[in-house]
Amino acid sequence: MMDFVSGLKIGLRYFLKPKVTLNYPHEKGVLSPRFRGEHALRRYPNGEERCIACKLCEAICPAQAISIDAEEREDGSRRTTRYDIDMTKCIYCGFCQEACPVDAIVEGPNFEFATETRGELFYDKKKLLENGDRWEQQIARNIESDSRFR
Amino acid sequence: MEDLKKILINGNEVEVESSLTILQACEQHGIEIPRFCYHERLSIAGNCRMCLVEVVGGPPKPAASCALQVKDLRPGRNGEMPEVKTNSKMVRQAREGVMEFLLINHPLDCPICDQGGECDLQDQAMAYGLDFSRYQESKRSVEDINLGPLVKTSMTRCISCTRCVRFMTEVAGVSELGQTGRGEDSEIISYLGASLSSELQGNLIDLCPVGALTSKPYAFTARPWELDKTETIDVMDSLGSNIRIDSKGSRIMRITPINNDEINEEWISDKTRFIWDGLSRQRLDSPYIRVKGKLIKCSWNDAFCTIKEALKGKKIGAICGELQPIESIFALRNLVGSLGGKTECRIDGALFWNKNRCDYVGNGSFADIDKCRTITIIGCDPNFQSPVLNSRVRRAWLRGAEINYFGDKCELSFETICNESSLEKLNKFLIKKDKVINDGDHLIILGRENISGESGKILLEKVKNFCINKNSKFIIIHSGANSVGAIDVGFTSDVGCQKLLESSDVIFNLGFDEMELPKKDKLLIYQGSHGDVGAANADVILPGAAYTEESGIFVNSEGRPQMSNRVIFPPGDAKENWAIIRALSSELGIDLNFNNLVDLRNEIYKEYGFLSETNNLQENQIKSDLDISKFQLKGEIKAVVTKSYFFTNPIARASETMAELDKLKSTKQKKNVISV
Repeated sequence: MMDFVSGLKIGLRYFLKPKVTLNYPHEKGVLSPRFRGEHALRRYPNGEERCIACKLCEAICPAQAISIDAEEREDGSRRTTRYDIDMTKCIYCGFCQEACPVDAIVEGPNFEFATETRGELFYDKKKLLENGDRWEQQIARNIESDSRFR
Repeated sequence: MEDLKKILINGNEVEVESSLTILQACEQHGIEIPRFCYHERLSIAGNCRMCLVEVVGGPPKPAASCALQVKDLRPGRNGEMPEVKTNSKMVRQAREGVMEFLLINHPLDCPICDQGGECDLQDQAMAYGLDFSRYQESKRSVEDINLGPLVKTSMTRCISCTRCVRFMTEVAGVSELGQTGRGEDSEIISYLGASLSSELQGNLIDLCPVGALTSKPYAFTARPWELDKTETIDVMDSLGSNIRIDSKGSRIMRITPINNDEINEEWISDKTRFIWDGLSRQRLDSPYIRVKGKLIKCSWNDAFCTIKEALKGKKIGAICGELQPIESIFALRNLVGSLGGKTECRIDGALFWNKNRCDYVGNGSFADIDKCRTITIIGCDPNFQSPVLNSRVRRAWLRGAEINYFGDKCELSFETICNESSLEKLNKFLIKKDKVINDGDHLIILGRENISGESGKILLEKVKNFCINKNSKFIIIHSGANSVGAIDVGFTSDVGCQKLLESSDVIFNLGFDEMELPKKDKLLIYQGSHGDVGAANADVILPGAAYTEESGIFVNSEGRPQMSNRVIFPPGDAKENWAIIRALSSELGIDLNFNNLVDLRNEIYKEYGFLSETNNLQENQIKSDLDISKFQLKGEIKAVVTKSYFFTNPIARASETMAELDKLKSTKQKKNVISV
């Protein structure tokens, strides 16, 4: 008999406690500034793209998800002509952003990028730069807050 | 004469040649000493200080091992063996110090530097440098110089090793680069700000240990670690330089030399190095047939059927160009032979037969240039035929050899004792030399053009007799990569080229693009890689592979067979050349006795065994059966430079880089004429 009562007591206590589950699409959990979500290519404040086509991210990518083509731009600077990430291959290890000497490729806070077709997950440079533009504020804030630990 | 000396290196007793430097001695015994300015083929500068070692008992400071000879090491006070240390604390500290100084002014732009990944400074900073920096002051920066369309400069990265200056002056033979200023102000400049004019300037890119001099056409396009590297043979000249072609996917990104002391040492000409953009332009990627005067795309089957129809009851003749490998030449010879036709590779009307190999190969080798005390060049512009060969002759001159030149006026990068253009003078010279020179100490370099025809026969016989009498050597410089190979496998006929072209109704043209063929009432079949002269007036075009797209044997001017390798696949519908001929033969119902490349090679080796010994130089005996005392040499020596150096083959003509170089050269020449 006592067992029933103690069981009910626990149930009642949890019933009155605040809930731990989230009402997901309307509520979201807290993300660490180091969270490794969807990739983005960043720009400098003056609008110039950061990526200099050094290909270190391509070299370090353990899933070989990144492929880059580069050439000399008209102004003589080193730029990519193609920057593709196969998001179906990517394992979100974050090595690419670690390798990047100019903080161009980053894994941003966005984790909601499910698509209806497989083809949409083959990101190209345009898509990545758009991501960068969209998430720049949060990405910059994350990098800033994490910079003390680097 | 060897003068061996015993020394201690890191406590191990070794015996080394006393004329060697300590750096070379250490290298011989497998001890690595870092260096930037030292280079085996250049003079010693001793200015980077990276090769410092400790000499026990010497002055109490590290010594530059590249500039210290073994014979200068003194024994210890009690007669101990001289000792060198390369890994002591003093050496380690010295290296760290030198590295720190070098990195003071070196920019941290490795991510955008093309040398990144294959940079001596990067590697040695990792191996011998410190892992921190104490330098807080501002770095120097230097204005870039314009060296022309091939070499890209970023002079801030320069560490003043002066390899480039020494290369241009010593090997290329043109003083165009120099160093000005002292200390922090020292800069590499080109004299009067002019762009480089040497045909060997591409080698600066390999020589530069940092990213100060990099390749302009290759700029920013790839990283060394993502390239597939294939070792193969160059076909731009008859030297057969050993090269490494770096490709990425289906694209060729760059070409670099491989060291081969017998042939190209470690240099290649600019035409060899920067030809690759020509390999993706003007390519034939599908068969074509001419219908009502217009070339239209068709299938392989249609092209073969057209040829089959055209061959009914007609006479076939075949000619071949200079860039074709032995395999396709041999296969075509057999195909045309079994159709009752004749073949000819000597478009210039030369009279070489493979019965007497010495007549078109000579009995010497390129390496003989380094050994002989007298070199006589007859009817051959060495710089036009091959700048790398020219640098070898130049080195012989620097060594003190006597160079004689017979031929039309051309710019030579060495001084000559005798510089004439008439054959009479040459005759007198040979008679005079017959009495003087020691046995085996004379090398004659003959240009093919002047000994090819009926008139050149006397000259060739004279030279041969001279070489027999004096027990000396001669080499013949051909214009094409496989000119020798085509003669070797008997792609020749007794009627000669002119008659063969006139008498055949169907002409099979295997990659010959140097002149337009007579077209009247004939069917022209062109097989080749580029849409050039040959394809323009052909009736049937069969797209073939270029030299980077199939494996093949090439025989260079000294008669050395070498095997090339496939780097990428031919574009579009194009196929390997031998495979096209094999496919055509089965369409025509002829059995050629091979079904794959291995069988084909075995067929070739059965007939010409020496071709199987690749990289091996066959020895040729000189035979002369003509009594030359009746004949006299008369007239002038033929001019050999008839076209631009940069446009000698269809690949070069398709290349934008070559066109740019040609334009630059002609404007430079015009300027010179005006200033004179």
